[in-house]
Amino acid sequence: MSPKTSPANETMLELSGVHKRFGGLHAVNDVSFKVPTGSIKALIGPNGAGKTTLFNLIAGNLPVSEGSIHFCGQSIEGQKTYEIARMGMARTFQNIKLFHGMSALECVMVGRHSRSRSGFFAGMLSLPTTWKEEKAIRARSMELLDLLGIADLADTEATSLAFGQQRAVEMARALALEPKLILLDEPAAGLNIYETAEVARLISAIRDMGITVLLVEHDMSLVMDISDEIVVLSFGSKLAEDTPANIQQNEEVIKIYLGEDETV
Amino acid sequence: MSPDLFFQYLFAGITYGSIYAVVAIGFNIIYNATGIINFAQGEFVMLGGMISISLLHFMPLPLAIASAVALTMLIGAAIEILFIRWLQSPSVMRMIIITIGISILLKEVALHIWGESIRSLPYFYGNEITTFSIGSVHISPQVVWVILASAVMVAGLNLFFKSTPIGREMRACSANRTAALLCGINARNMVTLSFMLSAGIGALAGCVMSPITYTQYDSGSALALKGFTVAILGGLGNSGAAVLAGILLGIIEAFSVSVVPLAFQDAISIAILLVILFVKPHGLFGSGDAARLKDF
Amino acid sequence: MKTRNYLPLIGLGVLMVALHLLTVWTGTQYYLTQLTMSAYYGLVIIGLGVLMGYAGQISIGHAGFFAIGGYLAAALTTRNLEPFAQNWWVQLLDKAGVIVHGQDIYGLSQMTFTPWLACIVAVTTAGLVALVIGIPVLKLKGHYLAMATLGFGTIVYRIFLAMPYFGESDGITEVPGFDMLPFLTISGDMSHRVLNFYASWTLLIVGMLFLINLIGSRVGRALRSLHSSEEAAEASGINAGRFKLKVFVLSAIYAAVAGVLLTHYNGGIGPSEASMAKSVRYVALVAVGGMLNLWGTLIMGVGLTFLSLRGVFGSFDDAVFGTILILVMLFSPEGILGLKLRPLLRQLIIGGRA
Repeated sequence: MSPKTSPANETMLELSGVHKRFGGLHAVNDVSFKVPTGSIKALIGPNGAGKTTLFNLIAGNLPVSEGSIHFCGQSIEGQKTYEIARMGMARTFQNIKLFHGMSALECVMVGRHSRSRSGFFAGMLSLPTTWKEEKAIRARSMELLDLLGIADLADTEATSLAFGQQRAVEMARALALEPKLILLDEPAAGLNIYETAEVARLISAIRDMGITVLLVEHDMSLVMDISDEIVVLSFGSKLAEDTPANIQQNEEVIKIYLGEDETV
Repeated sequence: MSPDLFFQYLFAGITYGSIYAVVAIGFNIIYNATGIINFAQGEFVMLGGMISISLLHFMPLPLAIASAVALTMLIGAAIEILFIRWLQSPSVMRMIIITIGISILLKEVALHIWGESIRSLPYFYGNEITTFSIGSVHISPQVVWVILASAVMVAGLNLFFKSTPIGREMRACSANRTAALLCGINARNMVTLSFMLSAGIGALAGCVMSPITYTQYDSGSALALKGFTVAILGGLGNSGAAVLAGILLGIIEAFSVSVVPLAFQDAISIAILLVILFVKPHGLFGSGDAARLKDF
Repeated sequence: MKTRNYLPLIGLGVLMVALHLLTVWTGTQYYLTQLTMSAYYGLVIIGLGVLMGYAGQISIGHAGFFAIGGYLAAALTTRNLEPFAQNWWVQLLDKAGVIVHGQDIYGLSQMTFTPWLACIVAVTTAGLVALVIGIPVLKLKGHYLAMATLGFGTIVYRIFLAMPYFGESDGITEVPGFDMLPFLTISGDMSHRVLNFYASWTLLIVGMLFLINLIGSRVGRALRSLHSSEEAAEASGINAGRFKLKVFVLSAIYAAVAGVLLTHYNGGIGPSEASMAKSVRYVALVAVGGMLNLWGTLIMGVGLTFLSLRGVFGSFDDAVFGTILILVMLFSPEGILGLKLRPLLRQLIIGGRA
């Protein structure tokens, strides 16, 4: 697979000189990279390399200490998580965060929130306009569940589903936002090889829908299979950024993954 | 304002302030051990006062106070064992509601035992008109008792937490419960101990302040709100700063009498509480680094 | 799905009629008075229930909003405007027809605001106060939030207790009836008892209808998601802060409406309505009913309030509520109706050893 060459104006996400410090801890140190529109980019690195922190910075859960993040050419500095989400950035969580007491369908319907209007008082009075919108939300959410192959589980309580199915619901919820960029935090964690293959197929399908993908993943086979480009983080710094083929040859990357002593 | 009046207010402020500080430290001890704000903290103070007043019929004052403190400590321990100890990682809202329920229960029990009448301990030395003078400023000896008792409690607690093995174990538990467990410290007993300590200092404060402020079955809640204000002012969990914050609040309150009608006096400390919560929830002396506080 | 949600409301309507017939049949119409009062308190409690259960925010100051509603309605409909009769704004309001000319108990002429105007002012004020207080308060969490709302409630209590305009410790009495509709006067007068009973219960049913609609709507779904995972909800584009604020204001308005009407019904209001004990009682009733169980909240709220008003708990009233609060939170934090016995027994037998 060859990297897509994208002109600079087609950058979905751009990090420049991003730092994050927690007290004395330098969790993210001068990280810069671009995610071209329509590509699949992967973020890898050993545990504690700062991948999840970086995700939280991009999604607006944490403020950056230094540097800037641009999404669709717009700085996200000072933007709240929900504002960034409305700009078209959706995410899934490493430790799945579905809503208790809601069916799978309802969870996905929550994802439609920023793509629908009905307000507080309309809801209280149950105005006819809300019925129509509700019907549209429901229909679109069903479509997404269908796309992920779990339409038959729509009415099951989401948190009681099997692990892999819960991941699917999360992904459907993220897609319901109609995102331009989707952040996937370890989408294959805890899945068996068949489910992982399914996830790989799905991520490619998402890209084919015109959605840019940035993922954090430990499963190297998945990352090497589907990514256009890979960024390697180590101790909060960017170690390498290249195509999967080149990353596999990169000695430094091999060293941090295999340990310095194990030069076989 | 004449200099005499100024010093009169100042002393009143320091007196009340040191009581607030002790109540705040009571909050802090339990907070550090458990992460719980004990909404029944004010009731410990009330119980100390009430029990000592009743015991005074049977024994001399020092013994009555000592017994009241001991009894309140037992009540504190009983509360922890009955209501807190066996809960598995309860939510913050659940803990708030439980301690509020305990506060109401203690208040109601006090109402049924002692009625609505306002009581007080006699002055430890002399009576309400006994004063001694520093220059032209007249001070009641009870004021000295209050300040002295508060100072002794603060110093004693400091010594306890820094220099005794049990105190150090308690600090270890509040710093890192899991690690303390691994070191063989019984964290549950430490929590019980924190309730006892907190109840004990609250009760002692309730005894020494009773001659000046009087004691009634519901006098705890206003005091608890002020103690909490002080705890927040100083930064939750920081007992050293609570002393400063307590005296600060006491002085502000005392001087506000000359500006604001007495009926609104309680509202002042609450207004301060609200402003601090909104503007600087880590306290005047706290730093944003106190990340534990954000964990709620 | 939709109609199933409304069925209990019809049940509540049937219960209303059945209760009335029952009191007629057994010759116990005097129960209607407490049933009416319970319905108004029920309105406060379901409003708070949505705030605590669905927005996940505790408020130990809701008696404050009830009191703002009640006290303003009482003061505006009883305080004589005669001394200000020459002021331009009084004359303007008089021309607008929102001032009542009447006589006080000594036969002196007096001018007061109409109950409708008083009601609107009172409820709007409560809503605005909730908005202004809510913006900073709802940024707080856990203990901070609890103490801040407790502080707010205490300040309201102190203000009503301290101001002669609000009658200090006596409160305000002699509050006139509220001619709400041509055939309906909200007052404690015996001749209006049955109508008032139906009015209060209808209001409760309508209030419940609005809340059920809300919870089932897009906004309600957002609220429920917030309760479960604020992080995931925000990542779905939900502005948590704004929804919490809206629910806070809504619940304050519910409390204020109940305060206004109950004050007219009782003919007065006293500072105990603003006390912390009242606020805690509302929290207790929500907790007993179950935080995410609006029907449970309604049933326990109205039922226990009725028992309390009938004096069943005697002088142990507050103690009973305190005990209920502790027991429910210890053994069944999901509310009494959500009580699951088996896990509870297991926990009791095996104990909570870590």
